[in-house]
Amino acid sequence: MPDDLQLNQEGKLRHFLTIEGLDKSLLTEILDMAESFVGMSGQKVKKVPLLRGKTIVNLFFENSTRTRTTFELAAKRLSADVLSMSIATSSTSKGESLLDTIRNLQAMHVDMFVVRHAVSGAAHFIAQHTAPHISVINAGDGQHAHPTQAMLDMFTIRQIKKDFSNLRVAIIGDILHSRVARSQIQALNTLGVAEIRVIAPKTLLPAHVETLGVRVFHNLTEGLKDMDVIAMLRLQKERMSSALLPSESEYFKCFGLTEDKLKIAKPDAIVMHPGPINRGVEIDSKVADGPQSVILKQVSNGIAIRMAIMAMAMQKQGLA
Amino acid sequence: MNQLHIKDGRLIDPASKIDRIGSIYIAAGKIISVTDEPAGFQPTHVIDAKNQIVCPGFIDLSTRLRDMGHSRKANFKSETRAAACAGITTMCLQPDTTPPIDTPAVAELVRDLAKKAGYEQIYPIAALTQKLEGAELSSMLSLKQAGCIAVSNANEPVKNLLILRRALEYAASHDLLLMFRPNDFWLSNNGCAHEGAFSTRYGLPSIPDAAETIALAQCLELVELTGCRVHFGQLSCKRSVIKIHQAKKYGLDVSADAAIHQLHLTENDMAPFDSIYHVLPPLRSETDKQYLRHGLASGMLDSLCSDHQPHDLDAKLGAFPETEPGMSSLETVLPLMLKLVAEKAITLEQGIAALSKNPARILRIKSGALTPGFSADVCIFDPDLDWQVNSDNWKSQGINTPFWGRTLKGRVTCTVQAGRIIHRLEDF
Repeated sequence: MPDDLQLNQEGKLRHFLTIEGLDKSLLTEILDMAESFVGMSGQKVKKVPLLRGKTIVNLFFENSTRTRTTFELAAKRLSADVLSMSIATSSTSKGESLLDTIRNLQAMHVDMFVVRHAVSGAAHFIAQHTAPHISVINAGDGQHAHPTQAMLDMFTIRQIKKDFSNLRVAIIGDILHSRVARSQIQALNTLGVAEIRVIAPKTLLPAHVETLGVRVFHNLTEGLKDMDVIAMLRLQKERMSSALLPSESEYFKCFGLTEDKLKIAKPDAIVMHPGPINRGVEIDSKVADGPQSVILKQVSNGIAIRMAIMAMAMQKQGLA
Repeated sequence: MNQLHIKDGRLIDPASKIDRIGSIYIAAGKIISVTDEPAGFQPTHVIDAKNQIVCPGFIDLSTRLRDMGHSRKANFKSETRAAACAGITTMCLQPDTTPPIDTPAVAELVRDLAKKAGYEQIYPIAALTQKLEGAELSSMLSLKQAGCIAVSNANEPVKNLLILRRALEYAASHDLLLMFRPNDFWLSNNGCAHEGAFSTRYGLPSIPDAAETIALAQCLELVELTGCRVHFGQLSCKRSVIKIHQAKKYGLDVSADAAIHQLHLTENDMAPFDSIYHVLPPLRSETDKQYLRHGLASGMLDSLCSDHQPHDLDAKLGAFPETEPGMSSLETVLPLMLKLVAEKAITLEQGIAALSKNPARILRIKSGALTPGFSADVCIFDPDLDWQVNSDNWKSQGINTPFWGRTLKGRVTCTVQAGRIIHRLEDF
């Protein structure tokens, strides 16, 4: 993996593109730094001057509200200047290549790109082609990676469960199309959990998924047994039209997380979801809003984690 | 008149099972003798091939020279020079040019461009269907008369099996060879990487090997039904080779090739998201690679092609799935073939046969052998000469090769096409 692309010579973060290639101590450092930002939200002045004078561009080639907003807030709380751009899914339809878009913005002397793109590898491509002083943070590329989401999930798990080593985690839903799942699996393996399971029908699992270091289940009841953490994934509507699933209701019947199903897991299991939730499709409202759900906690933690990652990437550039 | 004497080289000719030190005598574009000097022979050129291997010029069954609509990527001049430097004396041009080779006028344009580039042995492959749309048959007979050597729908799908059946029947009626790259349009699902551990890890849209084997199996059934001669091109996986082997054993008149890079690279060699490795069919697993090698050694596969696809830089600048597939590969054919020999996957004779005798047999042309009366197409190479793939040595306009910067072993020192020297390396 181009891990050297995201690390500088001292092994510190330059870009944040994928969890792959990052070791446990670096992931822990991110989590620890985020910890120091968590308390800030409750303060009167919710700002630190770490990135004062820096310009961050949120470059969203794919729609997103939540991720973009939390990145924006995170940057503002670090006192950076933020510009958020939503660019129609296909910039090539306007005749401008991805590289030209990047070069134009680079000419405006920005310090960091936060990139969301519908195609796997887009963030790597941008990191390879930007000036050396610019940091690139991957806010989700195609079906490849969504490393900040995975880190906020790890942060939330650590907040509640303290230690990773004995944890059993189930990831449920559309693994095939999920960049979140891929990054979660890498992070969980690096942090050393006891077991990771993926639970989904074969149509929603990539080929040789076991090579990612997971156990495969096609049955929710069997898969949920003894789980400490249940990570749900969002099910996109278009999966029905592409013959991957017959119907939402059948999916809910087989893989939807209900109160009854949740009882199969450990009594203190937590339920996570990267949002936005499809109530009644992958998760029952009673579970999503129930006592074991940590979904809103994930959202708040998203700001702290993104602050930590942005601050670290800029620091190691020697700019902050 | 041009008369050539190539002397003192190690002649290797798989067609006549020759492997000895000797001479070739060439006159009027033809080989006239590989044994004794013909009476009254007055060479205009003498080529000293001492310590070198002299073999039939290579025949490439699948190449793209761009030009016409895509001259920014490459043109006939640049690519025929690359071919000459690579010892390739005959090329078959895929019909997916812009415009496609679906009318005699375009086929003639191809031959004109070849002539202008000073490299005459380019055979256009005719489009199987009009505009390659897979719906209506092209005027195959007229295209054949305009110089097309075969018909193919290149990488474009044929709409349904009924149309494919009729295309095979019509091609068979005119004794035309059909070249077919098996690929099920639906199963390949706009993928860009082999469906395996690599695509799973990097979230790349994937193509299962079944996309190839199912299309291959269907076409083999149609060969049985129609009696059409079919050559299967650019096979990439183990089960395809097995299917071809079974079909041959059963008695079907079929042949097959693989792109030479498929015998060297796998999904594991792909640096993640490095678009240089974006090819179709995708680089597959180690098992597939090994079986392609085995297939070539055992005769299940007949030949190797370059599947040359030069690109401009922009075509490869982007996120992996959005880049254009293909490698610039004419000039790496010989070193990669020799590497197979060095790694004991095949013998040197098999490697040369896969690039000369066998494709000539498939195309039914009088080339690919050092036989008196045949076109004087000769490749002379130094198997031990190292060279670096860099802008000093590289002739193709497309530098999209994963071997850029690497040192490769084996270099063509002289190429003779129809009795004319079209390449000579300095100092040789």
